[in-house]
Amino acid sequence: MGTIERQLYASPNHKRYFTFITIILLLLFIWSFTAVNLQNVESSGWEIASTIIAGIFTPDLELLLTFTTQGVPYLLLETIAIAILGTVIGAILAVPLAFLSASNVVPSPIAWLTRLLLIFIRTVPALVYGLMFIRVTGQGPFAGVLTIALISIGMLAKLFVDAIEDLDTSILESMTSIGCTTFEKIRYGIIPQLFSMFLSIIIYRFDMNLREASVLGLVGAGGIGAPLIFAMSAYRWNEVGAILIGLVVLILVVELGSNRIRGKLVRG
Amino acid sequence: MYDKIFPPKRIALPNGKVVEQKRSRMPIVLVLLFLALYYSIQFTDFELSVLLDRWKEFFFIVFEMIPPQWDYFPHIWQPLIDTIKMSLLGSVLGSVVAIPVAYLASSNVVKNRALVSGTKVFLSLLRTLPTLVTALIATFIFGLGTLAGTVAIFIFTLAYVGKLLYEQIENVEMGSFEAMESLGMNRMQAFRYAIFPQVSPNFLSTALFCFEGNVRYAAILGYVGAGGIGLLLNEGLGWRDYPSVGMILFMLVITVFFIERISEHFRKRLI
Repeated sequence: MGTIERQLYASPNHKRYFTFITIILLLLFIWSFTAVNLQNVESSGWEIASTIIAGIFTPDLELLLTFTTQGVPYLLLETIAIAILGTVIGAILAVPLAFLSASNVVPSPIAWLTRLLLIFIRTVPALVYGLMFIRVTGQGPFAGVLTIALISIGMLAKLFVDAIEDLDTSILESMTSIGCTTFEKIRYGIIPQLFSMFLSIIIYRFDMNLREASVLGLVGAGGIGAPLIFAMSAYRWNEVGAILIGLVVLILVVELGSNRIRGKLVRG
Repeated sequence: MYDKIFPPKRIALPNGKVVEQKRSRMPIVLVLLFLALYYSIQFTDFELSVLLDRWKEFFFIVFEMIPPQWDYFPHIWQPLIDTIKMSLLGSVLGSVVAIPVAYLASSNVVKNRALVSGTKVFLSLLRTLPTLVTALIATFIFGLGTLAGTVAIFIFTLAYVGKLLYEQIENVEMGSFEAMESLGMNRMQAFRYAIFPQVSPNFLSTALFCFEGNVRYAAILGYVGAGGIGLLLNEGLGWRDYPSVGMILFMLVITVFFIERISEHFRKRLI
């Protein structure tokens, strides 16, 4: 047997492991088919689908282009406002939580507890928070702002922690060795490292919050969601089309812009 | 443009050289940010005084939920399993369908420009639709129930995994692909043996991550009638039966936590 062949046979054999995983996955997959019951499907499904598509492609132009409080532009502006304010508040709240759950900053029991709290905050659905905040502020965009702020905390803090734990500590050591004070170390050693990362994360979350803000209207927390749902449940597909077109254009534009800014931030 | 209005600072070095330091963009960014914040506050009727006054109301529902109603558990079990099944089915189907779609959207594999950009636009359009809206539309077409939820999750997974996959395919090392083509393989075969092995660990990891998020999403899809545990959540909130809602949320947190652990374990092994 030549050296090459011996080396070939020496490679670890994962075949059994992979087959095992594949079989489990297949079984799970087949099992999950039992959840889908097809008897609920109405035979008129295709008909309904074609009316919906026809409605979406012939949007209600009047709704799309009026600038009153009922028109799509105003509603989109309100959605953007909710997302901006919610993201900023969430980001401000997430920074201390992130430092509290970074294992290289605080002792590990505290970090662990904060992480548990963050998982809890992240898992409760946004709509439930929406209902809770409506008790505080009454229906309207204010409740939406608070909801967005709270649901952003979970993800923002998690991503912030990753950035904090990747901090290059040798810079801080060299600053200590030339006699910098703690304040100077934070100002010139830590902030420049974290700032662009944090900003990039916040802009990414803003992108997501815009989507979240557009469905919060479902529970009465402002934004474009409520008119969308009303139009849908009343089968006014032209209006649905107008609102969806506005929403899709807005999200695409914001995504392009945010990708460009984030690219610049990361590359420096 | 900016540098013309605010000329860069000139610093004369001791050896006579003059270097220019560009002025910071910070002030203009700050002004824009403050304007955006000011108008957002106007638009959303944000009032700190209301918040300070009535923040205790927020915890009213939270305290109602504690302690959760433990004997509600048998009612939750079935919908919870349904939710997991829905997201599993939607995620698996979506990820599998995402492979050919991502293939068509990669400009380095498919040379037909129109096809590539057409697929890309299609994927970004799908991605911009909020999942809840897709689910609502699906309930009109497929009737109330888990099928509508599965379709919504399928569409979201397809768009998300598809986008990440075609970005990875476009960044792949093309040398082996060209080598296989020169050996006489067609593009499909070369893709299978040269590119797919390179992207597959990342693809599986993305799919797992997406499944993780989908469990969370599936939990609220019932709110619009698309099956799963959201139906119970909606019911409990509607009847103000907060101890039951507390129990549902408790179970949800535990489930999501376990799924996250499992998927994190596998994702770490993959990369």
